[in-house]
Amino acid sequence: MKVYLDNAATTKLAPQVLEAMMPYLTDTFGNASSIHAYGRVAAGAVAEARATIAKLIGADSDEIFFTSGGTESDNWAIKGAAFAEKNKKGHIITTEIEHPALLQATKWLEGQGFSVSYAKINKDGFVSVEQIKQLIREDTFLISVMFANNEIGTIQPIAEIGKIASEQGILFHTDAVQAMSSIPIDVKAMNIDLLSMSAHKFNGPKGIGALYIKRGIKLDSLVVGGHQERSRRGGTTNTAGIVGMAKALEIACANMEANNAKILGLRDYFIDRVLAEIPYTFLNGSRENRLPFNANISFDYIEGESILMSLDLAGIAVSSGSACSSGALEPSHVILALQVPIEQAHGSIRFTLGHDTTKEEMDYTIEKLKECVEKLRAWSPLFNVQSGKGYYV
Amino acid sequence: MYNDKVLEIFANPKHIGIMEDASAEGIVGNASCGDIMKVFLKIENDVIVNASFQTFGCTAAIASTDTAMGMIIGKTLDEALAITNADVVEQLEGLPPQKIHCSVMAEEAVREAIANYRGAQKAE
Repeated sequence: MKVYLDNAATTKLAPQVLEAMMPYLTDTFGNASSIHAYGRVAAGAVAEARATIAKLIGADSDEIFFTSGGTESDNWAIKGAAFAEKNKKGHIITTEIEHPALLQATKWLEGQGFSVSYAKINKDGFVSVEQIKQLIREDTFLISVMFANNEIGTIQPIAEIGKIASEQGILFHTDAVQAMSSIPIDVKAMNIDLLSMSAHKFNGPKGIGALYIKRGIKLDSLVVGGHQERSRRGGTTNTAGIVGMAKALEIACANMEANNAKILGLRDYFIDRVLAEIPYTFLNGSRENRLPFNANISFDYIEGESILMSLDLAGIAVSSGSACSSGALEPSHVILALQVPIEQAHGSIRFTLGHDTTKEEMDYTIEKLKECVEKLRAWSPLFNVQSGKGYYV
Repeated sequence: MYNDKVLEIFANPKHIGIMEDASAEGIVGNASCGDIMKVFLKIENDVIVNASFQTFGCTAAIASTDTAMGMIIGKTLDEALAITNADVVEQLEGLPPQKIHCSVMAEEAVREAIANYRGAQKAE
């Protein structure tokens, strides 16, 4: 059996999405910037897709700017906002659990003379609105807090933070890359000024994303070289990608409630069984206010990458927060931010379900997981099979 | 990423597990770094007659140490000490660059075990 439980990494393209894209990958191949008929057809499809996406997040068409994906959207939002304020070299507030696309952009800005505060999260994986409020300085020009975390799925109090930012006249950006498929978003009601999204996280194609930029907000361009996207983001329009993204978001939003309920049921069944049937395991991050498709579990006394590869040999695809899985020396910054001891962070595995995940697949995963944890613990110098107990040295 | 040979050894390691009658043990690394390697050697007349290991470590650590154990069995202590992680990596037909350090653990743990053994011999 093959089981794909890495939907936070990427999702399968929905068949209807491919169908919607096909004309723009074949006969209707025109450049959307061309003024001839080929171009006009492509431009029309892009305009329609832009309107669809805008409507689904409560924005207007002229506030949606297509990019190559979440990483570019995050970089554009952060660097673009900073350099629109370049003579001030002001202050940015973000959190310690952001995606590297965000954190490396803020680190880079620190090198350019900007100052950045990283809000801590609590043991459940949430940032406190009060803390954000306290971090605000006279020169704070941007707050960026991810909508939902990519590793542990915890959903942050975005509307509350948006309200505070709006009251203080501070720009508010959110990386909604993980959240789009599970949470209804209304940028106006939530006081969001900038929002990053990426199509391949909601069964759309890879290589296409968007940045919502509230009308009137000044943002320096990151990618220059053309008049595309109203001269704010250069590069030939990815017509098929854009059409696919709109179709994927349309489907995700239309089926959100039903999908969420189904996935949540399976996810909770999985967590309950794993925690009950495999000793020395625990859930990383709160179970409440968490993306319905995310489970992140630490397995004591064994190392995450070897769990990942053992499951892979059984046909099950997951991801790990261990240092070894990324080639880094430190385990996941998100798991460490939960104040999970470093040894236990090395043993964390993320299981992310998809719309087509079945109970049979979860049962198979649990069986294989039991086998591989038992095997790896027998191989571990930190676990005594006879006594059934482990210890960290 | 990992080649087929590495994955095959990881799937079916031959020398993994605790050894009750070991002549010497060597342990290196720590859990906070994400890897611990413990090596058991059975030594008779200065020759390694059996070797096994336990690990809190990744695929590369398991595959490279299992390979190293296979390479040192039947060798004298001095011959075993001459085997380096580069020899192990060669035997595995390569490891991803960021995983080379995992293969060093095997070499270090073997050195540690042999040093412990020789230290104990001297004390007797």
